Amino acid sequence: MRDLEVRRLGRVPYADAAELQRALVEERRAGRVGDVLLLLEHPHVITLGARGDAARSHLIATPQQLAELGVELSETGRGGDITYHGPGQLVAYPILDLKPDRADVYNYVRNLEQVMISVSARFGVAAGRIEGLTGAWVGGSKIGAIGIRISRWIASHGFAYNVNTDLDYFSLIVPCGIRDRGVTSLARELGDVVRMTDVEDAVIDAFRAVVQAT
Amino acid sequence: MPTNVVMPQMGESIAEGTVVRWVKKVGDHVDRDEPLFEISTDKVDAEIPSPAAGFLAEIRAKEGETVAVNEVVAIIADAPGASPAAAAPAASAASPAPPAAQKAAAAASAVPPPVPPAAAAAAPLSGDEWRRQKSSPVVRRIAAEHGVDITRIEGSGAGGRVTKQDILGFMEEKAPAAAAGAAPAARAAGDEVVPMTVMRRRIAEHMIASRRTSAHVHSVFEVDFSRVSKLRDAKKADYERAGAKLTYLPFIVKAVVAGLRAVPVANTSIDGDNVVYHKDINIGIAVALDWGLIVPVVKQADEKSLLGLARAMQDLADRARNKQLKPDEVQGGTFTITNPGVYGALLGMAIINQPQVAILGIGAIEKRAVVVDDAIAIRPMAYLTLGYDHRLIDGAVADQFMSVVKKQIETFDPAGL
Repeated sequence: MRDLEVRRLGRVPYADAAELQRALVEERRAGRVGDVLLLLEHPHVITLGARGDAARSHLIATPQQLAELGVELSETGRGGDITYHGPGQLVAYPILDLKPDRADVYNYVRNLEQVMISVSARFGVAAGRIEGLTGAWVGGSKIGAIGIRISRWIASHGFAYNVNTDLDYFSLIVPCGIRDRGVTSLARELGDVVRMTDVEDAVIDAFRAVVQAT
Repeated sequence: MPTNVVMPQMGESIAEGTVVRWVKKVGDHVDRDEPLFEISTDKVDAEIPSPAAGFLAEIRAKEGETVAVNEVVAIIADAPGASPAAAAPAASAASPAPPAAQKAAAAASAVPPPVPPAAAAAAPLSGDEWRRQKSSPVVRRIAAEHGVDITRIEGSGAGGRVTKQDILGFMEEKAPAAAAGAAPAARAAGDEVVPMTVMRRRIAEHMIASRRTSAHVHSVFEVDFSRVSKLRDAKKADYERAGAKLTYLPFIVKAVVAGLRAVPVANTSIDGDNVVYHKDINIGIAVALDWGLIVPVVKQADEKSLLGLARAMQDLADRARNKQLKPDEVQGGTFTITNPGVYGALLGMAIINQPQVAILGIGAIEKRAVVVDDAIAIRPMAYLTLGYDHRLIDGAVADQFMSVVKKQIETFDPAGL
């Protein structure tokens, strides 16, 4: 099994986490650190993927509404469309060197889906995939979203998994630009709040088993 | 030497990528491994480093453009200003010609430029001097009239001199090649030059790619639409009350579905050395637009009733004309129907819509005098033309498909109308 350094960071503003990732990508490239997994939560923020214009059209709320709700708006360099992050959502940012033997973004995305599916299963929720729609799904609702950035095969960004997320915030956007599907969380599926550290433990186990196994 | 920058393969199963952003502009210097452009596939954005140090000479894939893996998206040159437009063929010794210009030059000179023995020892002569010394006024006049570069012709005359016969022979040899190649279109004064729209370029690429990919063969069947015509007349009013226009097309789609069920190889794609048999029957219907052509897809056409087909096709055609189709609605087709008959064409030899293997062209349905039971009868008839990929489908199989379609139309089962 490959080494993995896990950093549990608690609540981190989006911009700070982005800066930390940038620095870690450089460190990883230089070989000064090994594979790192950042686990954290963001304060309320709506982020737009690299294809900013298309993503922006999937923002429903006005700037005033966002300001009133205390929701930031941030452009990012990750793949994917628009999404919401906030308290109760577990964000995982693996900083990995995918070279030489994991250099396949399709497989990497499927692996991150598998991590979220395994974590869901551990809490008794049957999540799965929907072909053509990246992410982890429970029925027709998305429980976890993926957005990746690769720079010379160093991966950053990662996935956001709804644990106790207040799902009402998703009504501010069309999540990932997909109109006809809803969102869900572990808490909604179970009818009870789940301890974040338990989910973090499950993510670390699944990540080691799925992504770092070979 | 210039270096080609290609769309990288980001995963074994990933066939294409979209250029999201160019980090460098044409003319910019770039170091090896410095970020050059960003691409996106699925939910992944990747920053692609330059494969070489040099100057970005040409960008071939614009931001937002999706191209196949390994397709050239840019060219890095050793020197600044070595842009393809600037690299004149005559001056190509000084600056390295980009591959496109090299290719063009190679195509234009099947015969290597001759080196006259006399000139080998002395200082090399310029093209003009050589031309003056070695060719007669007649040859020079012909060359000027037809825009032929004499230096490209191997002379059979004394001292490598180009004779009249040489130049006429050269022109005859080159003529078809020039017509087929990228000969610049002639422009007369007053001609208007309009850049192609993105859609036009896509259509152009798609059509040429299909011609190159598939071994096109066409087979024409004549079909009697009497029965369908009667059923249509009888049901038209009912359908209109249900909010649907009943044309001949849903009947034809039904018949095609029966044909594809009977001959599944017509509902496939070729993937390398494999044949992919599609579970669903998704019928693309070519819709002519004022600004081009689009092929919305009726998904799972085999599961729809005649009314369902009529509604779906009407809806897709309307939204195609109002530019309201979703990307998903023009993808995933497994067979295409095109209808040149609406404009009066007797039959149409359509180009296959890749990666499909067959396409049906519907000719005009019109009354013709035909022989029925040794008597001349007036019947609504049409020519249906199947274009198919002979790599996969043999003539007998294509005709088997067409005879099922013909029989279905001529003996259409009114149950379920």
